[in-house]
Amino acid sequence: MAHEVEIPSVEHVSGTGIPVRGNDIDTDQIIPARFMKVVTFDGLGEFAFFDLRFDDEDEEKDHPFNETQYQDANVLVVNANFGCGSSREHAPQALMRWGIDAVVGESFAEIFAGNCLALGIPTVTADQATIEAIQDWVVANPDGDIDVDVAAETVTYGDTTVDVDVDEAQRKALVEGIWDTTALMKANENAIAETAANLPYVGSD
Amino acid sequence: MSRGTLYDKVWDRHKVTTLPNGQDQLFVGLHLIHEVTSPQAFGMLRERDIEVARPDLTHATVDHIVPTDDQSRPLGDDAAEEMMAELEANVREAGIQFDDPTTGNQGIVHVIGPEQGITQPGTTIVCGDSHTSTHGAFGALAFGIGTSQIRDVLATQTVAMEKKQVRKIEVTGELGEGVGAKDVVLTIIRELGTDGGVGYVYEYAGEAIESLGMEGRMSICNMSIEGGARAGYVNPDETTYEWLRDTDEFRDDPEKFERLKPYWESIASDADAEYDDVVTIDGSAIEPVVTWGTTPGQGIGITEPIPDPESLPADKVETARRAQEHMRVSPGETMEGYDVDVAFLGSCTNARLADLRDAAEVVEGREVHDSVRAMVVPGSQRVKAAAEAEGLDEVFREAGFDWRGAGCSMCLGMNADQLEGDEACASSSNRNFVGRQGSKDGRTVLMSPKMVAAAAVTGEVTDVRELPKREVEA
Repeated sequence: MAHEVEIPSVEHVSGTGIPVRGNDIDTDQIIPARFMKVVTFDGLGEFAFFDLRFDDEDEEKDHPFNETQYQDANVLVVNANFGCGSSREHAPQALMRWGIDAVVGESFAEIFAGNCLALGIPTVTADQATIEAIQDWVVANPDGDIDVDVAAETVTYGDTTVDVDVDEAQRKALVEGIWDTTALMKANENAIAETAANLPYVGSD
Repeated sequence: MSRGTLYDKVWDRHKVTTLPNGQDQLFVGLHLIHEVTSPQAFGMLRERDIEVARPDLTHATVDHIVPTDDQSRPLGDDAAEEMMAELEANVREAGIQFDDPTTGNQGIVHVIGPEQGITQPGTTIVCGDSHTSTHGAFGALAFGIGTSQIRDVLATQTVAMEKKQVRKIEVTGELGEGVGAKDVVLTIIRELGTDGGVGYVYEYAGEAIESLGMEGRMSICNMSIEGGARAGYVNPDETTYEWLRDTDEFRDDPEKFERLKPYWESIASDADAEYDDVVTIDGSAIEPVVTWGTTPGQGIGITEPIPDPESLPADKVETARRAQEHMRVSPGETMEGYDVDVAFLGSCTNARLADLRDAAEVVEGREVHDSVRAMVVPGSQRVKAAAEAEGLDEVFREAGFDWRGAGCSMCLGMNADQLEGDEACASSSNRNFVGRQGSKDGRTVLMSPKMVAAAAVTGEVTDVRELPKREVEA
């Protein structure tokens, strides 16, 4: 008998923000390939954005993930096409294990957003001006509270509340606590077998 | 919404149900696994005490970490050996077929599927690698997935997905001399943007696509993901069937071929299919394309000037400025004459037999430039053997190329093949991201296999069409 897994709902994420600016930040930058020579995700947090954070002598470079005021942040605020490139789940895993619980941005690569969802991390979007305003606010208010309300599709920072978009399937999955799809899909074993039986190329197992 | 496309038909055939979250649950016809993205998924299955649902529809190889020189065990790199051993233990326990390097069938996951005939039209294929879109060349729906989704597929042989829109990209006309599939796809990504495909799958069509062989179609579908599309495909046709007829799956079983062919024909997009978007590109106007920056969308024709960042759309300016600083290029110049230190012919984009033939044709009778370290890394052990059977290895070796074993190699630098320092690399691979080829100061210029060959012999980015003329002048 398979073990049941408790899946929490993610209606909103609250905490402080951390801005990482720039378009087209790919997953090779979020977690360089050499740190993927591992068979578990456990230690990946310390390698998030590694090559953007450290030079060849392992000296710290300017990067928000190095800055003291952001060390407890859990809402990452990014720009366009974040998480493009490789499908490696190591990227959202590294962010999650560093402490990120939600990502707010202009747009996300689809596999990246899907990987985040599989970890219960919302990826919510808004237009460029809205995102830049949030980033500027976070810089000015590193201790200020941000609330990402997944159910209501809003982000509140300081006294400001803005509308954001949450993909409908993502919203439903997070709010209803059905984002871990293994058990959900395993429950349909008969229908799976039926679909397979109707495919001319699939043999019986 | 689209209607009557291959995407719609294959989706409907594989849809198990709509899940409570609104996503569709899709049956997976083939699950390809490799050593980098699967171990954690097997770990999660063990935690939940779940067995692999359909080992018969799961197929494993090793490609990302495998050394391309000495593959004797234990592997020289401890971390690589651990990953290899983990994969071996997982596939043995589950009873999954594994093309390890001792079998003669090992290779890049997107090369071995098509060559063995397990990549077929009208199937759904997933793999924990974004270039799974490659398999769309056969009229399959093929998606890259993350590790949690690998867990889902191992557990249920299904995956949860949302249906996308379909954009038909029609490439008209005949491709010019020296112009190939890689130039076409780099042009598409440049024109539509690296995020232009978000929310879409791409159907590639038109004379320029249909006249390509399967290898060229694979190169194009391979890079769908660099354009932001979740998948890309070409409708199956006689070219597709000819390829399949000669694979392991059907060579000795013509009855199976005849049994499946009507299905393959039935899933092709209808003549009156409806698309969410249609884009037309003039194939005859495409010239050899190279990248000047650090995303695959930053490409230009070899005779075109590098753009001034200020002339680009506002959201591209900053990325372009940083890219030009990294690559050390200036607006107004062309990429022709850009010095290269390394020539890499390999990757799931361009390491098939046809790619090696293309490059060998350029290399034959010439020598690798003194300042260039040049390597050929065949996409699979079978590609390597086939190339050796027709003497391509000799052509490359005589010219001064290093002839290596099959694997992902320098494409992403998870093995010993990496750029060093600020080396510039003429590369047939798919990504020019900063740090991608193993050195964060490395500079990658993406181009076709022919153009890599030309760069290898001249030591600089070179218009392959001008290569013979240059020798006459010299």
